[in-house]
Amino acid sequence: MSTVTLRNIHKQYTDVEIIKGIDLDINDREFVVFVGPSGCGKSTLLRMIAGLEDISSGDLLIDGERVNDVPPDKRGLAMVFQTYALYPHMTVAENMAFSLRLAGVPKQQRLERARDVARILQLEPLLNRKPKELSGGQRQRVAIGRALVRNPKVFLFDEPLSNLDAALRVQMRLELASLHDSLQTTMIYVTHDQVEAMTLADKIVVLQGGVVEQVGSPLELYHQPRNLFVAGFIGSPKMNFLTVTVSAVNDSGTTVQLPGDASVTIPVKPSSLSVGDRATLGIRPEHLRLDPNQPTLTGEVLVVERLGGETFLYVRIAGGDTLIVQTDGDNPSRTHDRAFVHINGDFCHLFDQNGESIAKTRRHHLMNETHEQPYQNRVSYQAE
Amino acid sequence: MARKNSRQWLWAVLGWLVAILLFFPIFWMFLTSFKTEVAAVATPPQLFFRPTLENYVAIQDRANYFNYALNSIAVSLGSTFLALLLAIPAAYAMAFFPTKRTKGTLMWMLSTKMLPSVGVLVPVYILCREAGLLDSRIGLIIIYTLINLPIVVWMIYSFFKEVPKEILEADRMDGASTQQELRHVLLPLALPGIASTALLSIILAWNEAFWSLNLTTFDAAPLTAFIASFSSPQGLFWAKLSAASTLAIAPILIFGWLSQRQLVRGLTFGAVK
Repeated sequence: MSTVTLRNIHKQYTDVEIIKGIDLDINDREFVVFVGPSGCGKSTLLRMIAGLEDISSGDLLIDGERVNDVPPDKRGLAMVFQTYALYPHMTVAENMAFSLRLAGVPKQQRLERARDVARILQLEPLLNRKPKELSGGQRQRVAIGRALVRNPKVFLFDEPLSNLDAALRVQMRLELASLHDSLQTTMIYVTHDQVEAMTLADKIVVLQGGVVEQVGSPLELYHQPRNLFVAGFIGSPKMNFLTVTVSAVNDSGTTVQLPGDASVTIPVKPSSLSVGDRATLGIRPEHLRLDPNQPTLTGEVLVVERLGGETFLYVRIAGGDTLIVQTDGDNPSRTHDRAFVHINGDFCHLFDQNGESIAKTRRHHLMNETHEQPYQNRVSYQAE
Repeated sequence: MARKNSRQWLWAVLGWLVAILLFFPIFWMFLTSFKTEVAAVATPPQLFFRPTLENYVAIQDRANYFNYALNSIAVSLGSTFLALLLAIPAAYAMAFFPTKRTKGTLMWMLSTKMLPSVGVLVPVYILCREAGLLDSRIGLIIIYTLINLPIVVWMIYSFFKEVPKEILEADRMDGASTQQELRHVLLPLALPGIASTALLSIILAWNEAFWSLNLTTFDAAPLTAFIASFSSPQGLFWAKLSAASTLAIAPILIFGWLSQRQLVRGLTFGAVK
């Protein structure tokens, strides 16, 4: 059992507050990803959990015990750094066994343990090499091995893949996922890459400006973003936003006026919005459709991005906004073509003037089946 | 290609010229030490002559070279050891736990080097006299330590700064105490830098003349005092002076030559990445 609990955690440097009160429960064996733009405080938060940064106020509990003043090595954590931070003057085996050496474990025993871990990570042939003789991916593995040797209660990863090239990053991502699956250890992972967050996490914590914007499973964040920030941050290419005016409100949905003449009804519960209010409509590129027979909006294709399997159209609509539309790979559209975009209200998100999401009348079917219960049990998140 | 070649030639010739220019006085001193006093002052200067060892014999008759040499060795090694002992913890604190005033402290330490030594001659002399440290190796070691400490701290500080912070964080996560971190991680990583700092400190202490001349007479007098003793008021004995100088610089020259790779690496450290 290893849980990590954050209670109203703050981090204050002389005159700036980096972390502004964070509450979070991380459950045993959970893979939690802190994600957010640079400067959002995600790395600082991880380093505070690690014990490399002081906690200005609030409580950090590991397995229910307050560890604010416990030194890093006594917290039972292991950390993998972005730069790997291997000891350059030691061999791979010595690097991995260093913590055991400090703990006074006899040489034979600690080398045996290093060899065991090396076997898991396929590092055996490299045990006697120095870090400078290794490739980036191998160094990364040694760094993970060094953490593994300590048999930690919780693994901490600080952007571990950002120094690798794209292909290697995907491979290491898969390896990390299967490592988590086989170790069944609690892991906390920091990244700015939302693809890593989506693919690895049991639970994503979206941070911005030192506060938690939303906590939830990857699909929850995708289907039910709490606010404009999360909606825009999760998903690639990012969600389209249009400024709209509310034209009708009833129990089954809210109808909004789009730029131009069209309107669309979004199945959201009645909210603070009333007729005449300004609001923001959000819809993901993959939920927009080109349909000359039922156009909601029309516009001009500005750019066509062909990725092979799919094509992204950048369409400028009346009023000057640009929509990103995802279509299939062999869509024949060309630059300057007219595009007829159909918006299905069921896929739309509606945000009030404060950027807060308005609850839908129905939860997404995946949420209801698989994530509703865990969400209730696993996440306790208190808004500001 | 031809152009690049000719430019390389030009640089090579220039380099040799500068090297010869710098080396010539030492060469001439070495040569003079094997001349008779008459030949030493002859005009025009003689490049070819019948070499003699009489100067070296005369010197050894008048003063015990090995006493001076032993003092030089004791004082330069002692002061370097003491300086490192003080500088390593100081640099560690300043490099890894800096405060708002760290930069200022470093500048202040360096600024003490800008003060002309004569300016503090009287107070230092009196302090040494009161403490009974005149003409003692201990006194000289303390003075040299203090003189070289700013440079030694600065150099080690910059070597420590080159060590990535994450490596130290990693060892802290691995459970290293401050002592273990220094012993197992930081010192091995900074060893080349510390070695070249030590070399420089030894050389500076070996060559220091102002304080050794003023604070020692016989018991603790190092080789710089040995050289100076041959420039007597009765007139200069060029050949003997050259022989004394050759003897004085020979050990440090050989030492420097053997460690020149280390020394150059240390002095240009950080300049080229």
